[in-house]
Amino acid sequence: MNLRPLRIGFVPLLDMAPLAVAHEMGFAADEGLALDLRCAPSWSSLRDMLLWGQVDAAQMLAPVPVAMALGLGGAVARLDILQVMSINGDVVGVSTALADRLRDIGHDFGFDDAALGARLLARVAMARPLRIGVPFPFSTHAELVRYWLRDAALDYELCTIPPPRMADALLAAEVDAFCVGEPWGSVAVEQGAGALFLPGRAIWAAAPEKVLAVRHDWVSNHDALAGRLMRAVWRAARWLGLQENRITASEILARPEYTNAPAELLDRALRGEMVISPRGELRRVPDVIRFFDGAATFPWRSQMAWFGAQLARHHGLDMAASIASAKAVCRTDLYRTHLRSAGADLPGASEKIEGSLHHPTAVASERGTMILPPNAFFDGQIFDPDRP
Amino acid sequence: MKLQIVVVEPDEARARLVIDSLSPLGHDVTVLGEVTGLARRLRDIAPDIVLIDMTNPSRDTLEEMALASGPLDRPVAFFVDRTSRDLTQQAIEAGVSAYVVDGLQPDRVAAVMDAAIARFRMFRRMRTELDTTRRALEERKLIDRAKGILMKARGIGEDDAYALLRKTAMDQGRKVADVAGALVTAAGLLS
Repeated sequence: MNLRPLRIGFVPLLDMAPLAVAHEMGFAADEGLALDLRCAPSWSSLRDMLLWGQVDAAQMLAPVPVAMALGLGGAVARLDILQVMSINGDVVGVSTALADRLRDIGHDFGFDDAALGARLLARVAMARPLRIGVPFPFSTHAELVRYWLRDAALDYELCTIPPPRMADALLAAEVDAFCVGEPWGSVAVEQGAGALFLPGRAIWAAAPEKVLAVRHDWVSNHDALAGRLMRAVWRAARWLGLQENRITASEILARPEYTNAPAELLDRALRGEMVISPRGELRRVPDVIRFFDGAATFPWRSQMAWFGAQLARHHGLDMAASIASAKAVCRTDLYRTHLRSAGADLPGASEKIEGSLHHPTAVASERGTMILPPNAFFDGQIFDPDRP
Repeated sequence: MKLQIVVVEPDEARARLVIDSLSPLGHDVTVLGEVTGLARRLRDIAPDIVLIDMTNPSRDTLEEMALASGPLDRPVAFFVDRTSRDLTQQAIEAGVSAYVVDGLQPDRVAAVMDAAIARFRMFRRMRTELDTTRRALEERKLIDRAKGILMKARGIGEDDAYALLRKTAMDQGRKVADVAGALVTAAGLLS
């Protein structure tokens, strides 16, 4: 059978897994696709590769298509979100110096309380602003940190550092702390550069992290092809959601052409057992990263609306217009059309109140099997996209 | 008016070649080789144009500049915003990206970009050639080892050993180097 080649870009991170699995486990071939997976050295390069047609689709930081829809950061074309590729997966880490000071004031690195974390960080802060490394100006990482520290009595600045360089930046005291996707937080622990302080999910229990993005004009001309790609990636996500596939997944991702990081480190987040410090302290965390369960792949308009509202506040843009633009990049229409036949359960609504769930909750869906996991914010606030 | 151009490039030889191509235009060119503290050093220099290899991961750090919003900051754009699509396409294919301060005359930017694109095209060609040469060298080594294994195992001469490798490769529709690689691996497993 002749396979249709499709060029897909990614950045070496654990959460590119659905693309690697779609390729390696034959889900792409089942749809008649030959994925040509291209590793990008940076998010800006990947964005440009997508905008200028060097790749057809790409793994993308969820806030990037939203920022572009809002006209931020050199927007030259509209990007659409076909589906969410991963929920959570970020970790906040601190330098050894900061970790020591936190221990001195009695912190036990419980790795679960973000409100406490913000208060403690303010207590050990230095005379100058705390420098916090994030991978990109428009990223779930940056928005999580801003939301987390917005009321903290703490002066800080965000510095953009590529994920594979994060451990070195911490060692060189270029940054005092970071928020980065796995395995690069675990790599920092392994190199003795610092300690993990919080999982991203302690700030927002269900934060959309990476999305599958395409150019709006591309998907307008390639509807059927987009559908084949979506089904392949969705089936890969389902495969990743099964615990028995964990070891195989980390072995695949460890390869040089994907993350080129030790399989043992990649496995920590998949297993939900994080080694948080060079002394080997272990913390069990459910949902460090989630690929499939709880409608993880559905591009909820309310999730992107949250990023739209955050960006509007930060850049002084009109709130209602920003939220409307953010919602429009979520192609829930394509998701419903193309994934229904693959067996995806589809929610009755395409948006929800973010932050309202503290326990797993059943919601209305076509097959009646949809249970959404907790999505609470650390401060107990809720986000209603109609009343931001 | 002279433009202040910063080139972010850790490789000294390459950096010098970029300077050589831009200096005739009469601009001041500074090279930053270290990526540590890149954002702060760029703020100090306040360049009109920053050029960086697209494969340099620290490019993301420069994206911050495009968002600078303080009263003393000069607005910066990733240059695709302001110049022709054609020039942008060429730059991306050549593997160079540029950040340009707002308000520069488009033809002055274009002149700098033309020179930079030509230089980065050359780098890309050199990199490809280097890769090809390296691969050829590795393949030759592999084939030599495979020949050695065959000569010893079957008591044949060097020419016959190579002929055998070549025939096998042709029969199986594979490259000689691939057959040699398989043989070397198998011999390693059996010994």
